Amino acid sequence: MLSCTDPQSLEGLSWLACYLTTGKHMAFYTSFGTVLILIAVTAPVSLAFGFFGAMAARGPVPVRWLGQGYIAIVRGVPDIVFFLFFVIALDQAFEYARHKVLCPDWDQPVRQGNDFIVCAAAKLPLGTAPQWLHEVYGFALAVITFAIVFGAFAANVLYGAMRAVPRAQMETAEAYGMSPRQTFWRILVPQMWVYALPGLSNLWMVLIKATPLLFLLGIEDIVYWARDLGGTKTPQFTEYPHGDWRMWYFLALLVFYLALTRVSEIVLGRLMQRLTLGQATSGGEAQRKVAA
Amino acid sequence: MSCWETIADYGLRSVGIGERLLPRSDFTLCQQVVLIGSGMIWNIYFGILALCGGFFLAVATAVGKASGNRAARKASEWFIFLFRGSPLFIQFFFAYFAFLSLKSVSPVFDPFTSAGLGALAVLFLNTAAYSGEIFYGALQSIPKGDLEAAEAYGLTGWTKFRRITFPTMLRLAWPAYTNEAIFLFHATTLVFFSGFPAWQQKGDALYYASYFADKTFNPFVPYPIVAGYFILATLVIITLFGAANRRLNRHLPQERRAKLRIRPMVIR
Repeated sequence: MLSCTDPQSLEGLSWLACYLTTGKHMAFYTSFGTVLILIAVTAPVSLAFGFFGAMAARGPVPVRWLGQGYIAIVRGVPDIVFFLFFVIALDQAFEYARHKVLCPDWDQPVRQGNDFIVCAAAKLPLGTAPQWLHEVYGFALAVITFAIVFGAFAANVLYGAMRAVPRAQMETAEAYGMSPRQTFWRILVPQMWVYALPGLSNLWMVLIKATPLLFLLGIEDIVYWARDLGGTKTPQFTEYPHGDWRMWYFLALLVFYLALTRVSEIVLGRLMQRLTLGQATSGGEAQRKVAA
Repeated sequence: MSCWETIADYGLRSVGIGERLLPRSDFTLCQQVVLIGSGMIWNIYFGILALCGGFFLAVATAVGKASGNRAARKASEWFIFLFRGSPLFIQFFFAYFAFLSLKSVSPVFDPFTSAGLGALAVLFLNTAAYSGEIFYGALQSIPKGDLEAAEAYGLTGWTKFRRITFPTMLRLAWPAYTNEAIFLFHATTLVFFSGFPAWQQKGDALYYASYFADKTFNPFVPYPIVAGYFILATLVIITLFGAANRRLNRHLPQERRAKLRIRPMVIR
């Protein structure tokens, strides 16, 4: 077993092995998990947002404007603007709502010049809360922000997919006497996925490639740690002094993301094969001919 | 202080002309609109130069990927994979720190550590990879009949490419390329958040917007201003590319002309 108690005496590979297993590096490795958790949580939540957005965009007039406006605005504006905006705006909205409920007899305005002041009981998380609660709250805000932005993207994809389902399928369902609700859930929803998948897989790639923006939302993610660990370290402050290695740390992140997107590409390709099976599309027809 | 004075002081602040210090307190709406608008100069600079330069590399990449030459095909495929498979944000960081390290090797890399050149290089390569894939897709879907007709007329090699393949490819790729132009333009907002320093606080629109949001702790004014500017810019892009699209399709019979969809894909 390697002993890392005296790094100055170590050399070459054993030095590297000790260096790469310091406490801070362990935090760095954990942050890769943070990214994966973010993807795993955000993807289904934004799909749900997108589903409701698409349903709204197909609905009666006032609701339709809401749905289509939601889709249109996110398109015209860079996503990073939304990220920076929502992370503060959501925080202030939550605190303001709690402030109204918890401190009804507070008479000063909430915005005083350049400050946003709510009563102590309305602070989120409470000033007395432990550190981990602050981190979880920050992460939750990030997830909601991602879900709002990607929900709009997903809504656009699903809206297109719902319109792509052949009209004859819906008419047949109506001819069998199904109600609009039954037609929607039993005919439209099961069939739309094959039309939605190319757009959704594209979206999945975009989601993966948007995860480094977590850094801008104030989360200690892989970008944060790569900058922190890679910076020049002098012998005064660390047992493992080294020069400016940030380039190599970011190279490692590049490789990580390339691997992630490559694996996703392969998996999504397989999934598409599976979903196309037996569908009334050119892809499905091609598969049928190969099998026959 | 009237708004005209503010425009005179801060209208060109992002390129270093005018008042040296940014406003520090009592921010007026006029100051925010002017300074953020001044930052748009950088977004437009990055967007136009990267797009124009990237266009040529993209065509080369697409032709390379579609060619029979194995070396050219592999090189193009790897180039596209490298830049499309990783986040632009990380590419910026990596490029900045790489240029910083290379600076000690040769002074040639010195200007690349500034946003104006270093980030432009990354954006140029990035958009070339994305557009290269778009153009490759278009190359693959050129109608076989068009190429056969060209050959029947005796067109070969360069002449055939210049007269038939290239214009048809451009025509087919144009709606997707419009989308790419919009997204590249949006991507320019990442530059000053990704290592590249905003020297003397000369930054882009989002840099100034986040400056105001940090100082006032009120996101509801500066971010909608940036959003407004970008929606305007998106509309300009759609108009310009729509005009180009009409020109590319003008030889087709009226009903076959592909209309540029007002709302193409939402994602890159």
